[in-house]
Amino acid sequence: MKFKFSATVFAILMCISLIVNAQTKHKSKSAAKAPVNSSNADASSIMAGKKVFVQYCLSCHQADGAGVQRLNPPLIKTPYVLGDKNKLINIVLKGFSEDVEINGEYYSNTMPAHDFLKDQEIADVLTYVRNSFGNKASAIKLAEVTSARAAIKK
Amino acid sequence: MNKRVSFIFLLSAFLMIGLLSFKLIKGIEGKSNPEVPNAGLTLPAGFNAAVIAENLGGTRHIAVSPKGDIYIKLDRPRNGKGILVLHENAGKAEVKTSFGDYGGTGIAIKDGYLYASSNKDIYRYKLNAANEVISPDQPETIVTGLLDRRAHNSKSITLDNDGNIYVNVGAYSNICSEFDKDKKGCPILDSAGGIWQFKADKLNQTYANGVRYATGLRNVVGLDWNQQDNQLFVMQHGRDQLHGLFPQYYTDKQSAVLPAECMYALKKGDNAGWPYMYYDHEQHKKMLGPEYGGDGKKEADPKFIDPVAAYPGHLAPDGLLFYTGSQFPAKYKNGAFIAFHGSWNRAPEPQAGYFVVFQPFKNGKPDGQWEVFANGFSGSPENTASGHAVHRPCGLAQGPDGSLYITDDAKGSVYKISYKK
Repeated sequence: MKFKFSATVFAILMCISLIVNAQTKHKSKSAAKAPVNSSNADASSIMAGKKVFVQYCLSCHQADGAGVQRLNPPLIKTPYVLGDKNKLINIVLKGFSEDVEINGEYYSNTMPAHDFLKDQEIADVLTYVRNSFGNKASAIKLAEVTSARAAIKK
Repeated sequence: MNKRVSFIFLLSAFLMIGLLSFKLIKGIEGKSNPEVPNAGLTLPAGFNAAVIAENLGGTRHIAVSPKGDIYIKLDRPRNGKGILVLHENAGKAEVKTSFGDYGGTGIAIKDGYLYASSNKDIYRYKLNAANEVISPDQPETIVTGLLDRRAHNSKSITLDNDGNIYVNVGAYSNICSEFDKDKKGCPILDSAGGIWQFKADKLNQTYANGVRYATGLRNVVGLDWNQQDNQLFVMQHGRDQLHGLFPQYYTDKQSAVLPAECMYALKKGDNAGWPYMYYDHEQHKKMLGPEYGGDGKKEADPKFIDPVAAYPGHLAPDGLLFYTGSQFPAKYKNGAFIAFHGSWNRAPEPQAGYFVVFQPFKNGKPDGQWEVFANGFSGSPENTASGHAVHRPCGLAQGPDGSLYITDDAKGSVYKISYKK
C-alpha cells in the first residue's frame, strides 16, 4: 500500500515537471518569433521604419537588433526601447553617450544625434524597433516626435 | 506487485531518466567539452590547445611571470577585484588570488614590477623573488588623469628596455567629425588618438610629464615592444562607416573590408594620419579621408607614415605579441601573433575575424604573408558571419616554456597553445 502511494505521488510529480518543461519550451519558442504585427502598431509605419533602420541603424545595432558586446547596445527587450516613448525619441534626436547598464552589460560607443531624420522617419523607425526582434510595444506617432523635437528647441 | 502499479512505476522511471539526461545535456552546453580536440580550435599541425580556465569575466590582457603565474586584467572588477592571479597545475589554472579595485585592459611584467592600467591611470606593484605581488593593496600610481570618454578607452601598455612605459590613449570618436566641423584640424589629438610615453618608475605623472610619442592613431589595443629591433609596434583599429557616411563613394562590400587594420612600427614623432587618411590594403595606398575631400581615389599627404603590414578591415586587433620562445618551430621565432577580436562594422555583409593570426618577421620587419594561426573561437561559421561569436580572442602572452596564452573576453576563457614535435 505504502509502495503504491509513493509510486502514484512519483507519477504525479513527473507529470507536473513534464507540463512545466513543455510550458517553458513553448515560451521560448514564441519569444524567438518576432511578432511584427502588433495590434497597436501601424503596419505601414513598421515597413517604412525598416528601411530607415537598414540605412541608419543596422551597421551598429545589427540586423537582428542584438547590438555588439560591450560596444553597441542591443534593442531587444530593453527598458530603453520598450519604456518611456519620449526618452526613446530623445535618444534618436540627441544621441546617447551615458555609461549605463542595460540588462547587466555596459556599452561604450557613442551614438551620434540623428536629428537630421524627418519626424515621420523617426516615428517609423522607432515603431519598427518596438515591434521587431521579439519586441511588442505601441507605435510611436508623428505628433509625439514633433512635440519632442519642439521641446528640445525651447 | 500489482501490475498497474508496476506499469506506473516503470513509466515514471523512464520519464525521469529521459528528463535527467535532458538536463545533463543542457548542463554541458556552455562548458568546454574535454572530448573536443584542441578546445574547438583549428591549429597548424603539431600544435595543441587547451582551455585552462573559463568563466573568469571580461579577461582582457594577460601576462605570465617567469615562474609561470598568470596575471589577467578584467575589464570590470568582479567581486571588487580587477586583477586575477592564476596558478597552473596539471592542465588547469585556478584563481589563486585577486586584487586591484579597478577595471581596465593593460597588464605587463617588467624588471621586477607588475604594471596594470585602469581606463585612466597606470599602477605598478613590486614583485618578490618568486614574481609575486608583495603589497596588492598598495600600488604605486605611475600615470594618472588620462582621458576616459568611454569610446576607445582601453589603456594598453608595454615597456621598452630604457625605463619607459608606452600607453595608448584612443580617440573618443570614429572620425573626429563632431569635433572638427570646419575641417581645420582634429583638436582632440592633443590628448588622445596617439601613444604617450612616460617614465616607468616616476610617480603621479600626468599628460604634462609625458611625451606624445606618436599621433594620428585612432585606437590601439594590441601593442608590444619588439626586442629584435628595439622598437614599438602597434595595431590600429581603423575607422568605421565608410559606406554609411559616404554611400556615393563606397559600396557596402567595399566598406566591409576597408580601411585596413594596420600594423605600425613607431618612432618618436610619427604621425599615422587619423582622421585625415586611411590605408587601402588592396591598392597599397594611403587614401585621403572622405571627410577631408577624399573620394576613394584621391591619395593622402605622403607625410603620414606607412604601415609595415595591413589586414582586412574591422577585424579589431586587440592583442599583439612578439614570440621569442623556442618551443614553437623556428619560423615563429621573433614573428608576431595578433589576436583579432572580430568585426561588427561589416554589417550587412558577413562579419569576420575572431581568430589569432601569425605574421612572419625577418630582421624586425614583417616578411611574407600573414596566416590564420588559431581559428574557431566563434564556435561556427554561422556565428562568425552573424557576429554572434561565443569566444573572442583579446590578450596574448608567452609562458616561460614558450607556450602561448590567449584570453577570451566574451566568456572569460584562457587558452594555452603548445607544440609537440
